[in-house]
Amino acid sequence: MAKQKKILVLFAHPRLSTSVVQKAMMRAIAGLEDVTFHDLYAAYPDFIIDVKREQQLLLDHDIIVFQHPFYWYSSPAIIKEWLDLVLQNGWAYGTGGSKLHRKFIMNAISTGGSRDAYHVDGRNRFQLGQLLAPFDQSAHLCGMGYLAPFAVYTGRHMDPVELSAQAESYRDLLIELRDGRLEPIKHLAKNYDLPKAFGAQAARAEYAS
Amino acid sequence: MHLEELLLGAFVYLAAAVIAAPIAIRLGLGSVLGYLIAGIVIGPSVLGFIKGGEGVLHFAEFGVIMMLFLVGLELQPSKLWELRRSILGLGGLQVAGTAAAIGGAAYLFGVEWKTALVIGLCLALSSTAIVLQSMQERGLMKTSVGQSTFSVLLFQDISIIPMLALLPLLATQTQGTSESTSLIANLPAWAQTLSVFGAVAGIIFAGRYLMRPLFRMVAAAKIREIFVAFALLIVVGITLLMQLVGLSAALGTFLAGVVLAESEYRHELEQDLDPFKGLLLAVFFIAVGAGIDFNLLMNEPMKIIGLVFGFILIKLLVHFLIAKLFRIATPDASRFSFMLAQGGEFAFVLISFVTGLGLLGVADAGLLVAMVAISMALAPLLIIFEERLIQPLFVHGGELRDPDVIDETGAKVIIAGYGRFGMVVGRVLLANGYNVVVLEHDTEQIEVLRKFGFKLFYGDASRPDLLEAAGAREAEILIVAVDDRDKANEIVGVARQQFPNLRIFARASDRVHAYDLLDAGVKDVYRELFDASVQMGEDALVALGKHPYEAHRAALLFKAHDKEMLLKAAALRGDNAALVDMSRKGRAEISNVLAADRAGTPVNAESAWLAQDRPDQ
Repeated sequence: MAKQKKILVLFAHPRLSTSVVQKAMMRAIAGLEDVTFHDLYAAYPDFIIDVKREQQLLLDHDIIVFQHPFYWYSSPAIIKEWLDLVLQNGWAYGTGGSKLHRKFIMNAISTGGSRDAYHVDGRNRFQLGQLLAPFDQSAHLCGMGYLAPFAVYTGRHMDPVELSAQAESYRDLLIELRDGRLEPIKHLAKNYDLPKAFGAQAARAEYAS
Repeated sequence: MHLEELLLGAFVYLAAAVIAAPIAIRLGLGSVLGYLIAGIVIGPSVLGFIKGGEGVLHFAEFGVIMMLFLVGLELQPSKLWELRRSILGLGGLQVAGTAAAIGGAAYLFGVEWKTALVIGLCLALSSTAIVLQSMQERGLMKTSVGQSTFSVLLFQDISIIPMLALLPLLATQTQGTSESTSLIANLPAWAQTLSVFGAVAGIIFAGRYLMRPLFRMVAAAKIREIFVAFALLIVVGITLLMQLVGLSAALGTFLAGVVLAESEYRHELEQDLDPFKGLLLAVFFIAVGAGIDFNLLMNEPMKIIGLVFGFILIKLLVHFLIAKLFRIATPDASRFSFMLAQGGEFAFVLISFVTGLGLLGVADAGLLVAMVAISMALAPLLIIFEERLIQPLFVHGGELRDPDVIDETGAKVIIAGYGRFGMVVGRVLLANGYNVVVLEHDTEQIEVLRKFGFKLFYGDASRPDLLEAAGAREAEILIVAVDDRDKANEIVGVARQQFPNLRIFARASDRVHAYDLLDAGVKDVYRELFDASVQMGEDALVALGKHPYEAHRAALLFKAHDKEMLLKAAALRGDNAALVDMSRKGRAEISNVLAADRAGTPVNAESAWLAQDRPDQ
């Protein structure tokens, strides 16, 4: 059996007290073994991100999940700040920047719009995967795998039973990834090209699929 | 009475209390039962150390009076108004219902109707002293059943006055019963009424307008015993005044207590009077125990036991019915019934009063006194019986208890010191909808704050009893914002020791003080000038042309760096540092800090924001 993977959930919600969906997702994964939940707004209310600490957290985990509401087709501000500061040149990318190679990134988001709205004919004109391209490319630059995003659409208007079912499925996904029942490399985002860092493993995966 | 005799009497009572109470508590019986048993043992019936205890009883009734003053202090007028339904409804029905049931039973046994009515009224009353003490020991005062029980007791205490006023009308022979000390007894009726109202109005007026400046004056003298003396003076004075106009002193002091309940000196008063009240009540209970006439009991044991159980049973039934009428849940109704099932100390007053009126024979009066005393002795046992054997039935029966009423005044934050520092903290909390309790010992500051309707108390926050009274057991956070560093250390020490669950936020006057506080185990330490200094540094950077956002980040980074250094240095500080005097420590610290700064202070760690590091190039 494959070794348990460690998952780091980087959580961002600037106003948690009024959140519905993110709170449900948060509760669903609370206390899971080998899943580290890290609330960025709580840790850095003044945006002074402790880069060393964050880098150490990245080194200690295999799969990085950005869990956040989808604001203006992207993440809340602190995740952008986090990307800017933590993924340093020479550490995460560039010359000698190989620390994150063969780890994985995933977005777990909640949207206001429906699934249909994220379509070329919908009001948001783009698919979710297209809008998340910056994360996709950032992962690629850092030699990481980018997993298919997990999304709860229009969760705020869901009835509580349906919402908790969706939150449960988020929990199940993390558990499957953690236990290796779902190999992350087989759960990549659509059309994602594994970066060279994966080397022979990448070739094997492509061969398998 | 010779001094020797007095001391001997005091010795016997105190020794009885000291021996009996701990044993009773250890056995789980509660202190009241311990005192009563001690009274029986040292009384004429068993060891005979003390005589009847009549005189002592009168003296110790002062304890009951003091207790009602303290009860009044706990009751703001607004709360009294809130309870009006249960006081009038529940209390009125309890007195009327129980008196009717017991009086009716007596009438059926062939007692004349007037005497039956008197007996009913006497036995309808419960013992405020026993019940309140028992409820306090069990922490029931703020629960819904506690409030109901208290409302009834309050109504009973108030109803004494009309009883004393109306019972003489029943008496056929209008004999001069005014052997009381009442000075106004010889005045015409309208003048009597006028002086009664005058006395009550006087208490309210004095409580409202006179007490505060007086308190301030006394408190400003900063002599502890003078404050205690003043507190005692208030109670004694009101008692005298009420006796003068022939009103119940207990009611008068209760009223004064209510009036003073909103004063910021309330907690101080409570603490100063509490030991007196406790001691006097102990003496009172011992005297009641000593007063039980065992000869009467020995002669007709079955009759007395039958009568006692009979009237207790009637009370239980009536109380339970009334409680159910008021839709009180069954477990609470049961507790309520048992709590109030005994006779009370006011019965003794009433019995001697009606005997004087000729409404009750002397033999009957003796019997009644014995019944009440025995029921009081049984009361703690009954309460324990209910608690251990009846309450568990409801738990298994599955009937849900009403949620307990939580006192809404309970604030989560206590702020000690409400000057320049504490006030800002308080304003932030208040602006966000959190209540705070303020402890302040500067009388002038209190005057100013009081005008703005703050919930504040006068006193020295390093006193454990004051902290306790301010709610330190239930609060989450204690904010120590006093400007005196020694006082701050003292408060922290007391709080850490007595209330280990309380999280402490402490104001430090400087770096060295911060070390002291960290050493004392405080995790959240705030140097009083630090943030303003850093802010000023940041603004100066901006004035020098640095971009505001970069200046802001530099300031925040500096703060984080400085905090890290502070924690490191505090951990490293050896014990010998304590030997060096304060000023030298301060100077040494400054050079330490400056030397560390020279080694490098982070100014700009965000390498990723440098143009050459852009990932997309």
